Amino acid sequence: MRRFSAYEWVRTAVTIGIALALGYLVLVFTVDDPNGAFKWFLWGPLSRMRRIVELIDYTIPLIFAGLAVSIVFQAEIFNIGAEGQLFMGAVGATFAALYFPQIPVIHVILVAAFAMLVGGAWASIPAYMKAKWNASELVSSLMMNYVAFFLGLYFINYHMRDLKAGYLVSYKFPETAWLPRILKRYNLHAGVFIAVGFVFLVWFFLYRTRFGYEIRMMGFNKNFAMFSGIKVNNVVLYAQIVSGMVAGLAGAVELMGLYKRFVWQVSPGYGFDGIIVALLARNNPLLVLPAAFLVGYFRTGAYVMSRMTGIAPEIVTTLQAVIILLITAEAFLEFWKRRKIIREAMKAEGGDVQ
Amino acid sequence: MNEIARSILSAEFVYSVIRVSTPLIFAVMGALLSEIAGVINIALEGMMLMAAFWGVIVSAFTGSAWLGMLAGLASAVLLALALAYFHLNLRTNLILAGIALNLFASGATVFLLYLISGDKGSSASIKSYVLPRVDIPLLKDIPFFGDALSGHHILTYLAFAAVVFVQYLIYRTPLGLRLRAVGENPEAAESVGISVRRVRYIALVLSGLMAGFGGVFLSMGYVSWFARDMTSGRGFIALAAQALGGKTAIGGMLGAMLFGLAEALSYTFQAIRIPSEFTNMMPFVFTLIALAVYARSVIARHRKAPSSSQPLEENTET
Repeated sequence: MRRFSAYEWVRTAVTIGIALALGYLVLVFTVDDPNGAFKWFLWGPLSRMRRIVELIDYTIPLIFAGLAVSIVFQAEIFNIGAEGQLFMGAVGATFAALYFPQIPVIHVILVAAFAMLVGGAWASIPAYMKAKWNASELVSSLMMNYVAFFLGLYFINYHMRDLKAGYLVSYKFPETAWLPRILKRYNLHAGVFIAVGFVFLVWFFLYRTRFGYEIRMMGFNKNFAMFSGIKVNNVVLYAQIVSGMVAGLAGAVELMGLYKRFVWQVSPGYGFDGIIVALLARNNPLLVLPAAFLVGYFRTGAYVMSRMTGIAPEIVTTLQAVIILLITAEAFLEFWKRRKIIREAMKAEGGDVQ
Repeated sequence: MNEIARSILSAEFVYSVIRVSTPLIFAVMGALLSEIAGVINIALEGMMLMAAFWGVIVSAFTGSAWLGMLAGLASAVLLALALAYFHLNLRTNLILAGIALNLFASGATVFLLYLISGDKGSSASIKSYVLPRVDIPLLKDIPFFGDALSGHHILTYLAFAAVVFVQYLIYRTPLGLRLRAVGENPEAAESVGISVRRVRYIALVLSGLMAGFGGVFLSMGYVSWFARDMTSGRGFIALAAQALGGKTAIGGMLGAMLFGLAEALSYTFQAIRIPSEFTNMMPFVFTLIALAVYARSVIARHRKAPSSSQPLEENTET
């Protein structure tokens, strides 16, 4: 496991600090009451029980998406198709929820399994193209996102659309395909347990199984992995498929827990948020949990601020971009690391003299 | 079926292929200029979007389409400089930096659009200006060709001029030689005194400039407004088209026009009541298939002559 050193902590903290400062600066230049708006952004998610629940609800898909991206990034594969896999997973979940046998408990499992199947199948296309023909998974997975979006909308709008709803949504899921609520008065659903469970499951997969070992070894050094007998092409395939399954499940959990029908006419963007989560967590599944919470907190804060002041919540997307840039900038704050290394070296030298 | 055949064989169809190819040609030139120097520019999409946005906003506020264009180009170049700084100075992974800048452009344009116009979807409520169309004397009077080739947007003609310019730049100038040297073998280039960093800066800035033209065309010619995420994947398609076209500007242009053809066809199909979800999907499916076919052919060539060509992936490394 890559150690999350003091240096990484400082870098993460400074990055988030800079992003927040930039956000504040933008508000100063653009709105009348920047302090009030910023306060809503910072404390809004905790200001009401309803908003805390909203925050947790928002964190759930980010956990799945962060896990999905972590798996491929660990193998140094730039498949950024989580967005499309999640979307297709949700479409698959809608199909399963509407047409599979409505047996309590089993139905939920079937829906989740089918969504994972669809997500995995969707991810297998760029994976196969990469493993077989060495086609850039970056471009192909991006294309797959667009195809997923339009194809998914076709299935929903032409075959599963609820004409009585008045807007473009699917039929409502039968109750057997609902995830139970945890709290009576608030819309907090059992998906949170599934998400946390998957954090440990993916951790186990990556760090305690042969498959996970091969994925990490390939990310560490592809040539070394190849010469030590790992079938690199197989790893390329299954890393992406497992990642797609996790992303697909995210779509199912989101619909079964929160909306109880298919509601998206624009792609929800969780897949791209998942990239930020994975980067913040340094691709470590256990750290995905706090990282997803942080990104979810930013999002919820932006929505609360938007509702209270009318500022477009998209501002948070720009802050996320800043976070990606600084977190991945190797030379950022390098002087701090170097100074520490020198200090430690000096100490060691001092010890030798004594 | 007859109806489709007739509309495809018309001058209007040729005109529309050229029209929809324009932003792609610019974007592919941008992709090529950075690719040739060994840096993949994922942020083309965001650069185009930024340019489209600032073109509309500045033209609306100044009343001048040309000032709008300059502002659009400047914004794209600034974004390119940011990408270059983060990658070349702060050693950010090039792909992740590109993704970040795309997110940045998408978020910033919607945020500012809402701030300025009170609308999150499009700038339709603001009166902005477009760049002119150009009728070509003599040519415009020739039947068929006149309708197909004359009367295009000024940037459309510039796009084809850009192809010639890029081809000349890469293969006939000292700068082009440096770009290629840095792309082929950075260590060797460095050893003969070429600053890899500086050359890559230049490559990314030129790439941003091209993307800027493409973006400005979208909002100040193709349509006359800015819409949220209006580039809709053209920057990414350009990367695929560039791979298809190889390392020449002419090849890149043909690649771009192939995708332009796919897009124009999708509009034709839309007219005969095929669900828009399918027609919208077509360019992307086409890209995927083209990518697969291309990658297969590279692999096949690679097997036959192991030393001749490097697989595609080698160049996309950071």
